Amino acid sequence: MSQVAHGTAQASKTPAPSRGRRFGRARRSLRGREEARTGFLLISPTLIVVVVVVVLPILWTVSLAFQDVRLLNLRETGVIGNYELDNFVNVLTSPDFLRALGTTVVYATFGTAAAITIGLIAALALRAPFRGRGAIRAAMLLPYVAPVVAATFVWSTMLNPQFGLVNAWGTDVFGWDEPIAFLSSQSDTISLLGWPITIPTALVTVIAFEAWRSFPFAFLFLTARLQAIPGTLDEAARVDGATPTQRFRYIVLPQLLPTIAVLSVLRFIWTFNNFDDIYLLTGGGAGTGVVSVRVFDYLTARGDIGAAAALALVLALVLGLLVGLYLRLFGRSEEGA
Amino acid sequence: MTAPATPTPAVAPEAAAPEQARGRRAPAVRRRPSRDAIENRVLAVLRPLIIVALLVAAVFPFYYMVVLSFRSLSSVVQDPGALWVRPEDMDWNTYASVLKPVSEGGQGFLVFMRNSLLVAAGTVVLALLVSIPGAYAVSRLNFFGRRQISALFLAVYFFPSILLAVPLFVFFTRIGLRGSLVGLLIVYVSQVAAVSIYMLRNYFDTIPASLEEAAAIDGCTRLQAMRKISLPLAMPAIVSNGLFIFMIAWNEFLFALLFLIERRDRWTVSLGLSQLSGSIEVPTTVLMAGSALLTVPIIVLFFASERLLVGGLTAGAEKG
Repeated sequence: MSQVAHGTAQASKTPAPSRGRRFGRARRSLRGREEARTGFLLISPTLIVVVVVVVLPILWTVSLAFQDVRLLNLRETGVIGNYELDNFVNVLTSPDFLRALGTTVVYATFGTAAAITIGLIAALALRAPFRGRGAIRAAMLLPYVAPVVAATFVWSTMLNPQFGLVNAWGTDVFGWDEPIAFLSSQSDTISLLGWPITIPTALVTVIAFEAWRSFPFAFLFLTARLQAIPGTLDEAARVDGATPTQRFRYIVLPQLLPTIAVLSVLRFIWTFNNFDDIYLLTGGGAGTGVVSVRVFDYLTARGDIGAAAALALVLALVLGLLVGLYLRLFGRSEEGA
Repeated sequence: MTAPATPTPAVAPEAAAPEQARGRRAPAVRRRPSRDAIENRVLAVLRPLIIVALLVAAVFPFYYMVVLSFRSLSSVVQDPGALWVRPEDMDWNTYASVLKPVSEGGQGFLVFMRNSLLVAAGTVVLALLVSIPGAYAVSRLNFFGRRQISALFLAVYFFPSILLAVPLFVFFTRIGLRGSLVGLLIVYVSQVAAVSIYMLRNYFDTIPASLEEAAAIDGCTRLQAMRKISLPLAMPAIVSNGLFIFMIAWNEFLFALLFLIERRDRWTVSLGLSQLSGSIEVPTTVLMAGSALLTVPIIVLFFASERLLVGGLTAGAEKG
């Protein structure tokens, strides 16, 4: 039926192309102009807000980064001022800069990897339907939707060395020698099978928090993708005798890879820039001083606006470079395959 | 207590599985299903364990929050490992003390909640007002620069807010809007408008244009057709979008910290909690009550609208 309709539509279209097209074009240009006007009118409020509150301020950041601006002499600075590179020199040659950048990269990389891995495990575990699955899926999203301040507050209370639940259980039940200061100890040495291993305690803790908080995001997207995989593929593989791990490796995982790639980029961008979590958990101390917290320190504690702007720009540039590099590598491997 | 022991014996057969796989060429017709059976059995044990572990990890901190909010600090210090409140220890005073104004010896969270509610509700209204027409335009109308504007909005979504924090802090300091809820509201609108347009556009795309064309034939102007046809049809998306914006604005921390920190009477709940949690004078359990007051509205809202919301959140994922 639809085929017939399609055929007739095509047939009626082909005989008189010139007349139809010319008429269409004339009408389109009239309607088109009206459409363009309405369209622009409707989008302009958003456009104005975004340009005024986002685009212009970002351009202004660039201007600020090249000037000597402090909170104290703020009133005297304008767009036209003394442009110089001092801020960048100061920020980049500061002894802590490289360490902060390294911490940020480690934090973002491990945080992203852990969140996506846990999200993938969760999505796979909840793939087959059972009673109450919907409620469990919804509950899994709690860490992501809860306010970050409340989440960090509960975590720091739980991990508190004096009256926190984790240390209470650790010393009473698991036989730890002494409470662990998860959020304020830069590194601890533990012995694993007799070997002493030094781990950066606070950094590992904030990475664990990041994994806990954003795994639901990965879980949500991977679940949506899993549902879109046709069940027949899995069935066919099962008939051919593929075991569950084989089906995952050769059927499910290839289907998920594009989603995982997109998730990696998104999560990496957000984790790389993340300020709230670390500021609230450790305040940037104990070896967790990521770049965004340093920007905040420059801005408020030191009142050095020029340096804050320069550092924020450097952060954005490094991020752009890393993401660009990733997209390049990923795009190429995609082409090869 | 027996549960943790079960995976251990199950691991051993799995380690043996590769051996069977190697030898499965010729005589394996009977053996091949055995690897399958073993994997299935291992997974049948592992799966519920994983689900329970993840569920506990996701939910327990919130349970702990509520439990702690009903205990007194002295009982927590005495018995930090307790997992529930004994009925005789139940203490409602934490909530009274966190909500009462500072003048009456409380922490003034009632004012913070009012501020948060004002900012969040205002953001929802304003953001929807600007983004519904915008989304409609991007979805339906062909105008010059449409692609570029969409790209700009998407870029805004990924922009690091810390980079934006510097100039906005300076700007609002200079024009004297620092310490005002209106300034914060404008920033929030700019932050969510882009996402909101993106989500709503995806929904408008699913509404057939022929419906509006029919209305046009019946004599509706374009704006009438939009208001009377497309808008009612897009209601589910608009509601879920509004809830999404509400949550973002209610949860936001960085800009509230930058703009409002000097004015205690303007603090939002998030800011108040973060500022007071540093001081030793306020007992942790009282702040836990504040933390519950911050979280519970969001959780209730989330469960009430979960179906709507999750559909909206993944709308972008299904596209690619």
